[in-house]
Amino acid sequence: MGRDAEEYGRARCGCIDAGADGVLERNRSNGEMGSMARKNLLFRLIAAIGGAVVGWIDGFGRFFVFSGHAILAGPTEMLAAGGWRRLMPQAYLVGARSVPVILVTGAFVGMVLVVQGWEQFDASGLADRLGAIVNISVAAELGPVLAGVMLAGRVGGALTAELGTMNVTEQIVALRSMGADPVRFLVTPRFLACLLLSPLLTCYADLMGSLGAWGVYVFVKGGDPEPYWRYTAEVVEMWDLGTGIVKAFFFGGAIGLISCYKGFHCRAGAEGVGQACTESFVASFITILALDFCLNIVLNTLYTVWYGFRSLIM
Amino acid sequence: MDDHPIIEFRQVSKRFGQQRVLEGIDLSVERGRTTVIIGRSGTGKSVTLKHIVGLLRPDEGEVYFEGQRVDTLSERELRPIRRQISFVFQLNALFDSMSVAENVAFPTVQHARGRLDRRKLDKLVQDCLELVGLSGFGEKRPADLSGGEKKRVALARAIAIDPPPKVILYDEPTAGLDPQRSDVINRLIRNLQNEFNVTGLVVTHDMKSAEAVGDRILMLWNGRFIADGTVAELRAARDDHVRRFVEGVAEPEDVRNLT
Ligand SMILES: Nc1ncnc2c1ncn2[C@@H]1O[C@H](COP(=O)(O)OP(=O)(O)OP(=O)(O)O)[C@@H](O)[C@H]1O
Ligand SMILES: [Mg+2]
Repeated sequence: MGRDAEEYGRARCGCIDAGADGVLERNRSNGEMGSMARKNLLFRLIAAIGGAVVGWIDGFGRFFVFSGHAILAGPTEMLAAGGWRRLMPQAYLVGARSVPVILVTGAFVGMVLVVQGWEQFDASGLADRLGAIVNISVAAELGPVLAGVMLAGRVGGALTAELGTMNVTEQIVALRSMGADPVRFLVTPRFLACLLLSPLLTCYADLMGSLGAWGVYVFVKGGDPEPYWRYTAEVVEMWDLGTGIVKAFFFGGAIGLISCYKGFHCRAGAEGVGQACTESFVASFITILALDFCLNIVLNTLYTVWYGFRSLIM
Repeated sequence: MDDHPIIEFRQVSKRFGQQRVLEGIDLSVERGRTTVIIGRSGTGKSVTLKHIVGLLRPDEGEVYFEGQRVDTLSERELRPIRRQISFVFQLNALFDSMSVAENVAFPTVQHARGRLDRRKLDKLVQDCLELVGLSGFGEKRPADLSGGEKKRVALARAIAIDPPPKVILYDEPTAGLDPQRSDVINRLIRNLQNEFNVTGLVVTHDMKSAEAVGDRILMLWNGRFIADGTVAELRAARDDHVRRFVEGVAEPEDVRNLT
């Protein structure tokens, strides 16, 4: 993460690296590519891995300091004059402009789940319950993850590109030189927009997933709509919707912070900005899935502790 | 008036990775005069300017503004210092998301922190845009401007502070401008100095501009200042690099492969 970190990592292992190179050269000139060289290769490998690890840890440290700064500046920024004027355009870009694509993807996911699941459920005479399974999957899992992935692709890339361009055209240092805090000015509104609107987008994805599934179930597969909704109402609890929303907060916040961090620390030139965008998407995507995994463990544990085990298929 | 230099560098060194950019430079900028830094592309002129407002920190050495050491201050502590210094960036650094007028008004809005007389600010913005020949451009977006127009907006933004800043750092203020516009900008820099006692520090490649605005010219070469004087003194300098730079003649080793 970050050029500084990489440089730092390289600098850390640089001396070892140079030494190993020297020894390797001497061996080669002796025509003796024996165990010495292999040992040095190992040495260099360890040095390289060590450098990368140090670089990673360093990058993580920077990222968390950056994030803490952006989050702590939230209240000040919201109360400051002009704070809302900076937040609203971001909210529009992140939220309103993402609605169509979220609606479409949400609907397709619901539809595809019914297409996939119908035969199995029908064969075992459980077709009535398909709605419950699809809806719980969408509400608790697929809605937030999909909304997160769409947000990372549609908004995260744009945020990184925008801030990256501002970085390479000296706009960020210019803000600093005028006594403004660029993190508060640029990152906090974007972070808040992602944080607050990702749950709303998730709701849209949930709604469309549910409707899409119902559409295919009734009109394509000829299922009976009454049990579809009855079982859904029985099985899907507020808890499931709630976990989806909680996850969406985490995903949105992570996307905002990662994208802005990548933009702030991108390398000069159009190529640097492009690379930062790719890195930002990949990092956001991995983070969404990793957070999803961790949050599921935590939330499932909480559920079992509070309500005990529940069976979905009965 | 106190006569200690308004900006002072003591033995400042700066490296980027393996690359040594500044190697122990000493610099003192006199109050109320215009100092010009010349030097080849990539010698660290912009890097030098950035040290003054704490955008870069030296690896070694000390930087002072008004007798106060700045290289050890935090971002928050730097704020009152940055309020007194305007910076015209080489790449202009206009904020894309704002109109030209909002860009020009930004430093004042930022420094006022809420207490703001809108009507006075609008007038200030109009006046400054007029000074750089861009009245009527206020509603445009920076992206829609030509290169030279952007430069002039950046200049307007640097001077649109009431009262004017103590110091203005100009990073290539006339780059990309036609000779007549350059002349206007040179006069503007002169006027700010004469009327408002603004100290100017100008980085430029344009010897004509250096001659027009500079009370004193410094030349940066390989991380050190190798010349210090008036244009006439530089022309008569004993150092070949200096003379060749002033006259715009290539270094022999740079053209060896061409012939
Ligand atoms: N943030 C940075 N990270 C790494 N290297 C940098 C950084 N800033 C400047 N440099 C390097 O320092 C050197 C001096 O840069 P600087 O921008 O000061 O040049 P300059 O004298 O202003 O040149 P020009 O006249 O072309 O603007 C360059 O070689 C540049 O690559
Ligand atoms: Mg420069």
